[in-house]
Amino acid sequence: MNLTLKIWRQPSVDKKGKFETYQINDISADCSFLEMLDQLNEKLINDSNGPVDFTKCPVSFDHDCREGICGMCGLYINGRPHGPDSGITTCQLHMRKFKDGDTIVVEPWRSKAFPIIRDLVVDRGALDKIIQAGGYVSVNTGGIPDANSIPISKRNSDLAMDAASCIGCGACVASCANASAMLFVSAKVSQLALLPQGKIEAKERVQSMVKEMDSLGFGNCSNTYGCEAECPKEISKSNIARLNREFIGAKVCYENEVTRAAGGA
Amino acid sequence: MNNKILEFSSISKKVFMALAGLFLIVFLLVHLTINLFLLLGDGGKLFTASAHFMSTNPVIKIFEVFLFGGFILHIIIGILLTLKNWASRPVGYNQSNKSKTAFFSKYMIWTGLIVFTFLAIHMMNFYFVKLGLVQPPDGVGKHEFYQMTILLFSNKVYSSIYIVLLIILGFHLNHAFKAAFQTLGLNHNKYNCTIGFLGTAYSIIVAGGFIIIPIYFMFFF
Repeated sequence: MNLTLKIWRQPSVDKKGKFETYQINDISADCSFLEMLDQLNEKLINDSNGPVDFTKCPVSFDHDCREGICGMCGLYINGRPHGPDSGITTCQLHMRKFKDGDTIVVEPWRSKAFPIIRDLVVDRGALDKIIQAGGYVSVNTGGIPDANSIPISKRNSDLAMDAASCIGCGACVASCANASAMLFVSAKVSQLALLPQGKIEAKERVQSMVKEMDSLGFGNCSNTYGCEAECPKEISKSNIARLNREFIGAKVCYENEVTRAAGGA
Repeated sequence: MNNKILEFSSISKKVFMALAGLFLIVFLLVHLTINLFLLLGDGGKLFTASAHFMSTNPVIKIFEVFLFGGFILHIIIGILLTLKNWASRPVGYNQSNKSKTAFFSKYMIWTGLIVFTFLAIHMMNFYFVKLGLVQPPDGVGKHEFYQMTILLFSNKVYSSIYIVLLIILGFHLNHAFKAAFQTLGLNHNKYNCTIGFLGTAYSIIVAGGFIIIPIYFMFFF
């Protein structure tokens, strides 16, 4: 198939960006979206003779595992994070989802908390900072506990596992009308709050992580649920309700000073 | 990091907004019940008696303070949250978002501001007249709410605008009802459907109930 690509090009965070149009032909319907971009980059490299304009350089985009696990890839394609399909990452998007002659608009995640590094690559370090603020269980040294010494209900185990499937790609932030990270934070809070090991620090954790989220410039949740619709791991919005419950409970009941800060306990 | 109760996080603000919103939701039901007395055809006797009770009863007077507090809290937090939301995406997308979301959930600030404008007009027409801050229409006493209502609703332009604004209020309430429960963490597989149904039913009943009144005065009075 032959396609027209409108891609956001931006040399760095402090330089202005703009859309650049590229024509690409003979794309197989079986190749992935990232493979199509690889072919575009190869074409740009082959077409260049000596020093070229920035827009003729290969397009920068994030990717790593290319099998929907790592959460590195993330492109806003034709108005949807990870493109026109549900429950997938950009690397799992195939060109069969497009038609011959289509114009595809590719943009980076847009959020104050995700500054653009170059072209389609954004810095999602803000999500790591939220994890550093409390998304862990403090484990002191000692002997290895027996695997079955702490009983965990099947239901909670399943819910925690579902929440833990979040790969931190940032599609929730990208799709949210307010660039809110509530689905991400709620998944990270839930996966620990649901398990006995995580319950011990739950009240302190939820407050620290929400405080960090607020300070990083993410927006507020207004319950539009674009996050749930676009999450490649189909994390449920019920986690956001759990986050709210955990937070309200912690604010009302927790007496001690919250001491956790980004970088560790 | 201090755990102060007055340290308002994004979630705290939303919780206060939801609680104020739920209070306003209850108030609207009381308001609608009294307004529906206009349809009884008793010359406004029960409506006038209710209006008199609401404006003189000391308990209601206390609730009035909470009601104004609720409105102000709801509006101010709504604006603060929206400003932060706009600042969170300084550069927008070229392609409008095509994610599956409830249409009106994205426009709560606009439907809210339209409802606020209506509220201001409504206050000018009734509440400020009662307080003596605004002159009542010619030949109508400042406590004769029934006559004021008939005068206003006999004006077809006013009634039409009133109906449109109430439809917008209905859309605002439809999202607000369900969103308030989610914000307060009250999300449960067993009850989500019921909450959704009640939200839709409530918004239709309230908006529809208020709309019936100008239609009655325009066409059947």
